[in-house]
Amino acid sequence: MALSYADVEPGTEIPPKTYRVTRLDLVKYAGASGDFNVIHWNERMARSVGLPTVIAHGMYTMAQAGRYVSEWAGDPGAVTEFGVRFSAMVPVPDDDEGATIEISGRVTNKLADNKVAIDLTARADGTKVLTRARAVVRLP
Amino acid sequence: MALNQEFVGRVFRLDEPYEVSRVKIADFADAIGERSELCRDREAAQQAGYPDVIAPPTFAFVISWRSDELVHADPDLGLDFSMVVHGDQSFSYSRPLHAGDVVVAATTVESIKTLGATSMLFTATDISTVDGEHVCTTRSSIVERGQ
Repeated sequence: MALSYADVEPGTEIPPKTYRVTRLDLVKYAGASGDFNVIHWNERMARSVGLPTVIAHGMYTMAQAGRYVSEWAGDPGAVTEFGVRFSAMVPVPDDDEGATIEISGRVTNKLADNKVAIDLTARADGTKVLTRARAVVRLP
Repeated sequence: MALNQEFVGRVFRLDEPYEVSRVKIADFADAIGERSELCRDREAAQQAGYPDVIAPPTFAFVISWRSDELVHADPDLGLDFSMVVHGDQSFSYSRPLHAGDVVVAATTVESIKTLGATSMLFTATDISTVDGEHVCTTRSSIVERGQ
């Protein structure tokens, strides 16, 4: 059953979800997005510029937050505004586990035109990796 | 190295319009783990009121990034791309991008800030159809970490 505007109120919590990110995910994302910055797939180059290891594309993390919102709304086309600040890197170790991104959200306001404003939180290893993460979603 | 302030106000445009395809949307959805059938099944998308399969909300970055890269890659800007991390990103949609859209992108350099050895580049990219219908405005900042 699709979520509707009448179902939500300011303060409505969106159930938290966890997303895993591995080196393979970053390679796939590089190919799909066209962002081939070496720090997202080449350990040697990442270390040579002072990073602990390969780090996830900020846009990969933002895409997970976008997916979290669109899964909740039931429609990727429902998201009309979406903005984040990348506040910390997401290091992705070269193993089968990779890194884990935990995302949670809360409705902050009901707006005109069946739109609702959502604040999002994203953490990797306990560190906030997105701040000022907000979306506006139009619900049926 | 400080970035070239003369870039502020300059506009960079893609040489060719970008054609949004079903295959590219499906590939992008696969890469980010977006499972919605509205990104893959044309009939489902049409039943939901869209002309064709729709792109996930961060897909516009695929287009704005191409246009942003024209700025980054300009040797006169003085950017060391290996030291770059993403600062902020936002999307403001008039409607979702869908398969069959043919769009143009124009990136404006809004500002350049320098804090010690760190530089920040702020750009805004307007994405509209070749017929002039606005689809999305993206805003981006990138940070060049100081050595």
